[in-house]
Order: sequence, then C-alpha cells, then structure tokens
Amino acid sequence: MPSVAESSLGVKADFPIFAQRFDGRELIYLDSGATAQKPQAVIEAQAEHLRRHNANVHRGVYALAQEADAAYDGARRRVAAFVGADPVTTIFTKNVTEAINLVAYSWGRAHVDPGDAVLITQMEHHANLVPWQVLCRERGAELRYLEVDERGELSLEALDAELQRGDVKLVAFAHVSNVLGTINPVAEIAARVRAAGAVSLIDGAQAVPQTPVDVGAIGADFYAWTGHKALGPTGIGVLHGRAELLEEMEPFLTGGDMIASVDFQSVTWNELPYKFEAGTPPIAEAVGLAVAVEYLDGLGMERVRTHEQALTSYMLERLGEVPGLRVVGPPEAERRGALASFTVEGIHPHDVAELVSRAGVCIRAGHHCAQPLMRCLGVGATARASIGVYNEPSDIDGLVDALQAGREVFGL
Amino acid sequence: MDDLYRDYILDHYKHPHNFGELDPHDLEALEHNPLCGDELGVHIQVKDGRIEDLRFHGHGCAISQASASIASEELKGMTLEEASRLGADWMIDLLGIPVSATRRKCALLNLKAVRGAVTGDGSWPT
Repeated sequence: MPSVAESSLGVKADFPIFAQRFDGRELIYLDSGATAQKPQAVIEAQAEHLRRHNANVHRGVYALAQEADAAYDGARRRVAAFVGADPVTTIFTKNVTEAINLVAYSWGRAHVDPGDAVLITQMEHHANLVPWQVLCRERGAELRYLEVDERGELSLEALDAELQRGDVKLVAFAHVSNVLGTINPVAEIAARVRAAGAVSLIDGAQAVPQTPVDVGAIGADFYAWTGHKALGPTGIGVLHGRAELLEEMEPFLTGGDMIASVDFQSVTWNELPYKFEAGTPPIAEAVGLAVAVEYLDGLGMERVRTHEQALTSYMLERLGEVPGLRVVGPPEAERRGALASFTVEGIHPHDVAELVSRAGVCIRAGHHCAQPLMRCLGVGATARASIGVYNEPSDIDGLVDALQAGREVFGL
Repeated sequence: MDDLYRDYILDHYKHPHNFGELDPHDLEALEHNPLCGDELGVHIQVKDGRIEDLRFHGHGCAISQASASIASEELKGMTLEEASRLGADWMIDLLGIPVSATRRKCALLNLKAVRGAVTGDGSWPT
C-alpha cells in the first residue's frame, strides 16, 4: 500500500471553495460525509447548461429543447455507466431519501402485508429507517433490526436466522455506514436475501463517492444514492432498480412526464424510467452530476479508494494521540469507509466541533441522523470527521492540533 | 481567554449545580434537542406556589449544562407564575456569553424543560 503522502490525489486546486480564506485561515473541510465540495468542472457545467442549453425536457420540438433532451438523457447514461447500471432502470429522484421512499411506497405498499416483516439494521440513518417504520405501521407489518456488534459490524449468521423465519419481505441496509464507517458485504447480503425470496435495497449514499461500485455485480434489487455527496449538486438522487420489479410497480409521484396518455378518468403510465419521474426533473442537476462522476472516473475510483483508505488509516493513527479520544466502529481502516466518529472524554461532541471550528476545521457533531444507533453505542452523540478526494494529510494534522488546543481550553 | 468557554461556564459544566433527580417531585418534563440528541429533564418540588427545589438531569454540551446549572440557582424560590413568564432573553442574559444562532437551542433547552414542567407548554422559549 502506498504511503499516505503518495496516495494523495493532489486535486484541492480543482475545488474553488478552498481558494477562500475564512478569518484568514485555510478551510480544513472534513465533513464530506454530509456533503462534498464541488469541483470547478461541475459548477461550470451546470452554469453552462443554464446559460446555453436551458429548455424543458421531453416536450419541445425546437432545437434548444432537443439540446436539453440530449443533455438530460446523456447525463442519465453517463451516471448509470459510472456504477455499472442500465440507464432504463436508472431513475433520477430528489435525493437518496426520495429514492428510498419511492421503493417504500411503490413496492412496499403493494407487497408488504399484515404479518410480514421488513428487516433493516441498527446502523441505518433516518433516511433508511423512517420510511420502513412508517410502511410497517401502515401495513401492520413488523420492523426488525439486525444487530451491530461491538466492532460495528453485522453478522451474516444473524441475517440467515432472520431470513429463515420466512416472513421477511424486504431487507434494507447501508453499503457504508455514515456513523461507524463500516463497509458491509453488500453482494453477499444481497445474494442471501435473493435466495430467501426477499427483496433487497442498498443505501449507497456514502459508498458511491469513495469506493468503486458496480450495481450489476452487487446484485441488489434496488440501489439508491445521492448526487451531492458524490461531488455533484444537491437536488438530485439516483435509484437503480431491477427491471421486472420496476415494470410491475405503480408510480410513486404522479403528474406530468410520467404518463403515456391521460383520459378524464384514466391514465396509462409512461415507460421506464420516466414512469417514476413525475414533473420537470432536475435537469441542470443531472448535467452537473454527470460531470461529477466523469471527474471521479478521471481520478479512477480504485485510486480514490486507495487514497481514502490511506488517509483514514492516517487519521485513526493520529486521533489515537489525543488523550481521552475514543473512535467508534471497526478499528482497521481497510474495513471502513473514509470517516471516523469519535468522542473526547470531558468534552461534549458539540463543543468539540465548536472548538476545532476556530482553527477552520469543519467536522460534524450530533447523532448523524442515526439516533437509535447512538443509543446502541451508549453515546448521546459523536463528533465525525469524514474525508473527500481533496483531503490531504495536512488536513488531519490540522484536526489533531485543533483537538489538542480544544482540550487545553477545557483545562484537560 | 475564550469568549464562549469562559471559566465560570466550564466550572458549571464540570461541576453543575442542582444536578440529579428529585423524588418525590410535583412537576417534571423531559426535553430533547433534535439537532444534537441532547436530553435534559427537570424535577420540581412546589410549596405555596413557589419552586421550593429543583434538579436537572440528562446529558448535553457545555452550553446546555452550564445554562441549566446557572438557571437552577435563579429558579429556586421563584413563583410558578414568574417562572412561566421567563423568556429566551432572560436565559441568554443570565448566561452572559455570545451565543451563536446554532448554539441558541443548547442554551435554551433547560428553560424549555422548566416551562414545559410549569405550564405544560414545551415549545421553544422566544
């Protein structure tokens, strides 16, 4: 494995936000798990689309409308190819939350009956928890949880035991946990779920930006992710689904663009993927996202993963120097995504985040939209530092220095 | 010296006054800050329409814990009527530090709990 310095991608200059100074300080951005910064190429592509190619899609016959059509459909092909998916079964949504809700409503309400169960894991964030809780409440079904062990990992034996009960209709789980960093064995889980006759949904929001993802090879029924964590704009998410399931599902949202024909009393749905894209879609956002994944492809996702793993390893090592600091989740960098959630004895995570922010360091504090998991870990909250393609070892050094200075403020 | 984390704030954080539970108690409330998952509860004993004694419990940041600690001293002896009229400014002034918009809820969580216990109105103090 290359050293942490060798594995740096050296791309900070591609991201204009880092040219700014905040109170005279450089920005040390370690909150990419919440949202990633945007490369100039993405910002420019969206602006250029709005400047020169803006028209609504799928409606106009004039040249500009055709340009917009080509841009939007081209973006879909580009985004699908990035994760080895078919554009026909690649649906643009507002975000990963909407993608998961689409499945919970359109598939869940048709297939989950009283007495059935939905299985999720204790490490899910609210986007992959609340929709299932609501579905189960509405349908009289049971919501069950796969436990997270003390290393922050799931047990495949426990999964098998759950599946053998015979009542599980759907299993939803994160590819990479946004709190623990755990990388789940997604292909293995999806295969076991399929063999048990249940349907799988993977929340890939954290995974897609930092590791090579091949939706086809993973073999899940649904795979959902979001644009803004993958260097793209906000306002666009992606759902990949298995064609047979999507074909027979009723639409989630209804309105324009998702219909083939409308009568006063009846309607026929449009073909895939348009059936699931009611109303004017996020056109400029799709264009931006296509350029974002092109940028990531240019870096090479294997290189991105190597970089993030090396830097995570460096971060874990350096955080270990801070007295009273405890990291939650798998201890080895190769088993985790590019983040570290931690607590510092004697300083509440909110205060940790506030203290390091004075040195220009941006980290998150709180429950990371995963309150049930925080209760399992026995902590009210954690601080979380998460890494993006632009981060360098000096960012980690800045965090550690700021943590040490923060401890001094608190007289520790 | 730190603007926010002044010595007396850290003192109250590390050694909070009136922290714990109070049994029996006449009034109680438990409040959460949905932003950070912090939790703060209050137990109040009432005598002749006044707060005879009170205790806070739960977990939170230095700002929320120091607020609760500082406020607890002022609240003891106050009539329920007085306590029900306390607003956000009272707490922020009492705290004596510049509280940013994002930390405002940390500072007001204890007052939210007290008002919830006294009036049944658990909305954020304004």
